[in-house]
Amino acid sequence: MCDTCGCSTEGEAVLRMPGKTGGHIHMDLKSHSHEHASGDHPHDHNHDHPGSRKVLLEQDVLQQNNLLAERNRGFFEARNIFALNFLSSPGSGKTSLLEALIPALQASTPVAVIEGDQQTTNDADRIHALGVPVIQINTGSGCHLDAMMVNRAIRELPLPDGTLLCIENVGNLVCPAMFDLGEALKVVIISVTEGDDKPLKYPNMFHESDVCILNKTDLLPYVEFDALKCRQNAMQVNHHLQWFEVSAKTGAGMAPLQEWIEHKLKDH
Amino acid sequence: MHEMSIAMSIVDAVDAKARAEGAVRISLIELKIGKLAGILPEALRFCFSAAATGSLAGQAQLVIDEPDGRGRCSDCGHEFSVDFYYARCPECGSLRIVIVSGEEFLIQSIIIDEEGE
Repeated sequence: MCDTCGCSTEGEAVLRMPGKTGGHIHMDLKSHSHEHASGDHPHDHNHDHPGSRKVLLEQDVLQQNNLLAERNRGFFEARNIFALNFLSSPGSGKTSLLEALIPALQASTPVAVIEGDQQTTNDADRIHALGVPVIQINTGSGCHLDAMMVNRAIRELPLPDGTLLCIENVGNLVCPAMFDLGEALKVVIISVTEGDDKPLKYPNMFHESDVCILNKTDLLPYVEFDALKCRQNAMQVNHHLQWFEVSAKTGAGMAPLQEWIEHKLKDH
Repeated sequence: MHEMSIAMSIVDAVDAKARAEGAVRISLIELKIGKLAGILPEALRFCFSAAATGSLAGQAQLVIDEPDGRGRCSDCGHEFSVDFYYARCPECGSLRIVIVSGEEFLIQSIIIDEEGE
């Protein structure tokens, strides 16, 4: 199996677009040839030295994913597309946050969304209702999006120059941190119904992220969650983190986040 | 369980390389996985045997080098060992620590057999 063509974890992955009939798009994983599939290509190795020998690779394990992520990044740069990779545990409010942000942003910039989930188009349907292009990647048993899935998804999405592309990753604070998708920035979301020690318990995710959004702050009076402590914990893991505290439900704190995104859209 | 997709990536990379080198099988794979890389070597070993089935690496032994984490203080430049992204400089107490090693995640080499027994 091959990470380059996507036939590793995403063997079951399919793309679905809300509002479009005609089923879904399979990742078409077996449609191109594999270097390692034929076995009948010529070799120029030396048969004079049979037996064992050592071959140096010195390559990153995720090299194929990373190369494809760079292709995505190049595509985004050429089209002046600003891609944000939204990451969090399930239920922290990624989709609600997008529902709150997109109506405010789409007046001034084109917005498109890639939704990642194991099953269902529930989130994509919610984004579709906002009137922006959206595509759902169902990863099947996969626990994260990878660069190949995003590469296939962006071929199906209308992406005019200057688009803000929001990629909502599979809800999972572990695996998605490992996989570069070609995004400009990783945005991790944590909600006040989780523990304020989340950044210490899942340090890789917070270490890899550029931005942290604390969501559901409207619930702070009702839960035992120390927002300051959470922020300190996050900053200890990654002192470069940009920090926002919002309630996607009430709109509290959303204005500074929106301004920051608009600023980034101009400058990236 | 990202170790499974990572195991598949490793199998894919070494299988392709071994075939290009004219191998009939891979007997050993050397990996370098830093202790801060976010990979559990034991979980990876567990997944690897399943991922490698049917490939040239089906019988390969995994040798995993696990370098310790090292951090450098951005304020005073002191370098010291770390076992977590969060560390305090033992010299000046600063928390502005940059990880300089321990995040490695490399396929270093493979040992291949060129002719079948």
